[in-house]
Amino acid sequence: MSSLQEGDLILRGTRAPSRLQAARGTEESAQGAEKPFQQVMDVSTGDPHRAGMKPVSFVRQVLAACVYPKLLDEKSLPLDARQRANTLLGVCSGRSVGSYSATAYGIPYVCKSVTEFIMRRDGGVSSNPEDIVISSGSTKTLLMVLHLMASGEGETRTGVLTPMPCPHTLPTLLNMAGLTLVPYQLLEDQGWAVELDELHRALRTTRGHCSPRAIYISNPGNPTGHVQDRKSIEEVIRFAATEGLVLLADEVYQDSVYGQGKESLSYKRVLFEMGKEYSKKVELVSFHSLSSACMGECGLRGAYMEAVNLDPAVMKYLRDAQAPSSPPVLPQLALEVMVNPPTPEDPSYKTYSQEILHSMTTLSQNAQRACEFLNDLSGIKCQPARGGIFLFPRLHLPPQMVEEAKMLGVEADVLYCQRLLEEEGVRLGAGCENGQVDPNFHIRLCVLAPSDTLDEILARLHSFHLRLLERFP
Amino acid sequence: MKKLDSTVLARRANQIKEELRQKLRKPYKQVIDLYWGNPHAAGVKPLSFVRQVLAACLYPDLVKSNTLPVDVRQRAQSLLGECAGGSVGSYTDTAGIPEIVHRISEFITKRDGGAPSDPENIYISPGSQWSLRNILKVLVNSQASPRTGVLTPWPCYPITNFTIKELGGVTVPYYLSEEQGWELQVEELHRALDSAKGLCNPVTLYVINPGNPAGYVQSRKTMQEVIRFASEKRLSLLADEVYQECVHGEKSEFLSYKRVLSEMGPPLSDTVELASFHSASKGFMGECGLRGGYVELVNLDPDVMKCIYKLFSTDSCAPVLSQIALDLMTNPPQPGDPSYPLYSEETQHIKTMMVHNVKRVFEVLNSLPGFSCQPVEGGGFAFPRLHLPPKAIQKAKEMEMEPDLFYCMRLLEEAGVLVQPGMENGPKEGTHHIRFCIITPEDTMEEMLSRLSSFHTQFMKDFS
Repeated sequence: MSSLQEGDLILRGTRAPSRLQAARGTEESAQGAEKPFQQVMDVSTGDPHRAGMKPVSFVRQVLAACVYPKLLDEKSLPLDARQRANTLLGVCSGRSVGSYSATAYGIPYVCKSVTEFIMRRDGGVSSNPEDIVISSGSTKTLLMVLHLMASGEGETRTGVLTPMPCPHTLPTLLNMAGLTLVPYQLLEDQGWAVELDELHRALRTTRGHCSPRAIYISNPGNPTGHVQDRKSIEEVIRFAATEGLVLLADEVYQDSVYGQGKESLSYKRVLFEMGKEYSKKVELVSFHSLSSACMGECGLRGAYMEAVNLDPAVMKYLRDAQAPSSPPVLPQLALEVMVNPPTPEDPSYKTYSQEILHSMTTLSQNAQRACEFLNDLSGIKCQPARGGIFLFPRLHLPPQMVEEAKMLGVEADVLYCQRLLEEEGVRLGAGCENGQVDPNFHIRLCVLAPSDTLDEILARLHSFHLRLLERFP
Repeated sequence: MKKLDSTVLARRANQIKEELRQKLRKPYKQVIDLYWGNPHAAGVKPLSFVRQVLAACLYPDLVKSNTLPVDVRQRAQSLLGECAGGSVGSYTDTAGIPEIVHRISEFITKRDGGAPSDPENIYISPGSQWSLRNILKVLVNSQASPRTGVLTPWPCYPITNFTIKELGGVTVPYYLSEEQGWELQVEELHRALDSAKGLCNPVTLYVINPGNPAGYVQSRKTMQEVIRFASEKRLSLLADEVYQECVHGEKSEFLSYKRVLSEMGPPLSDTVELASFHSASKGFMGECGLRGGYVELVNLDPDVMKCIYKLFSTDSCAPVLSQIALDLMTNPPQPGDPSYPLYSEETQHIKTMMVHNVKRVFEVLNSLPGFSCQPVEGGGFAFPRLHLPPKAIQKAKEMEMEPDLFYCMRLLEEAGVLVQPGMENGPKEGTHHIRFCIITPEDTMEEMLSRLSSFHTQFMKDFS
């Protein structure tokens, strides 16, 4: 009917996420068509629980008692979990996770715990609860900031320097927010390192086409697994300072640095250790969320941002952006537990630290094993990852397959993933979603999964890939 | 752009609450806060079954232990089986876990006397405001000239009006008739539409039923008139039905717009575009903090549906626990289930509480000179009218405040009662109202009415 066709034109230009076809399509294929596999194994997104990883017990025990306070007296739950739940219920209106909370930017107690975590992490660099804004998921949090920056049309349209490859949800978000994506290529041959010259090139070539105002970076890299060293972080900070760009640092996987000799350094810490010339000037927003490697609580939807050196009016806007509503309460409580885990004197510490160790060990072993395995396959080349939860191997696909894809109207990596799904029941992500374009075909897989699940996935991929090579010699 | 002009009120309330926490002397021990529809904060208890299932879903060890009733454990186990990896921590499909979406569609069909409901047309969202916002984004073309218009009721839920303006649209008010129990008169819809000529391009009609803030429940006749009007004028219909569980009037019955539309038969039932919204925040569950809602879309163009999918998919999915809360709302315990007696008792208690509260509100406020209150047939709020003495209005002007805000500030300061000034619900020349939530324990309501009566009597005297 006519009224709805006058809808916002921006939407029509947006590329539908490939999941659109995949989601509805899988439902159809699941109904009745004979498949050579029992169940789809999906490692296309950063969703460890989906792959079979278990949640952190302490977190779930605290949340359960918060949701059903009769459990505060349940002896089978550890005492410290119950005590924590009791404390957290005390900061909820009416002692219920079902109330709106009083503030739109997050429960103050949780914001405070976040800052204490940040200070511990950053060797004492101070952090202020008023710089923290909590929201229901990192997408929402990032969008709040992006919306603020969006303005202009054509030449004056705000641009955001974006790494290629970038998180697969980012291009759509930038488009939705009315921002121009200004790509800067990461150096694949150097483990997806950030190159200063490339940042300059990207900026140079974009002037006149849009108005660049921010640079986005994820560290550890999503999907690359690259972990920046101090020098690299400093280069990016200096670049942002010189060019007057806001630094948007996605640090969701900060808890998953495993490569040898790699140190987890936050942008905030490095910024402050560069001295006042930078620490008082550079506008930095860093993002963290429940979707981290150790928590994997993507479905709970909780995230926060820490904003440094932003204009007070901007900060006020961000803090009020969710008013008069407030972010959901339960994810905030989960964030509190994430940043304030059991310490060695606590009864739950032993189990907690064992579970974290298990996750990290699984992750690093998987990443290494999978990387070796993939590199052994002809036509696949995988950079070693040092952190994060993905691998992002490159595919050298037979020309006939690329042709076939063209005829079908899809990217070749999308075709590869579709075929893999149909024939082996393994769902990986197509590299084009992360911004990689023809002829740089890639696939993306989350390696944070139980080891035997990963082995099964690799076996099926192996089988599929060899058949492909036979078909197109 | 400020979302609420009465933030000065909210800020002062927070200050006073803090002062009370620090034991500063006041004529009252705590603030009675009925500003928002926030039942748990107001003292209403959550439903046990809901919280038990959520707890077991969060911590599946509880499924194996005997701590919880057997039907709770079964439900949790079944729900976990529908979550990827058996965990509420996994992402789900954009529109929601398919099995839950399916059951919601079955709930809708049952509620609507058999009118079919397609799961493909249902999206679960983090709160109904999120889905309303997305639908509005598709309807309101921010770059259009003339600007897109949305007919909204007076009085209206403030956030909707704000969202429309924020998206670049224009709100076109249609006035509900207070003296006729807030009736929606179709002549008024015509007048409103005519008033928009040359000012904007109206594309949508937004209705709230049961009402917020006004406590009406629309009759089938009214709803049919609205539907016919929408069809005739080629407007899509947005039906905000989040308070559908809150029907207090003995003679009132909630009918969904979907049902009425469906029962009007073709061609209307096949052509009128309708989006209806529901939520876990209101009604018996009152789980505002969980942020769970859904929208059902009917007769929308397939291209538009695609746009909507893209919009929803930018934020992966609604929190899994919220989806589960919606499932529990639409599929509560049934007679014969172990949890049924307690569930039934708790919901009945809340229902009785609301009926009692609205009766008391009606009695007390109508007995006070300077107040008049329509019967609250449904919804979560009372919206009584203030007949302020000219001196009070003058004083408010001097303080550069709307008179109802002035009244609310005084009420907060002197009596420790926090209510929303009617101006937030849209302006209407020469009228002043207050809005307060009636989903609160009976003794809290009684205490509030007592403080309000004393304050009001004194106020009227001071400004006579």
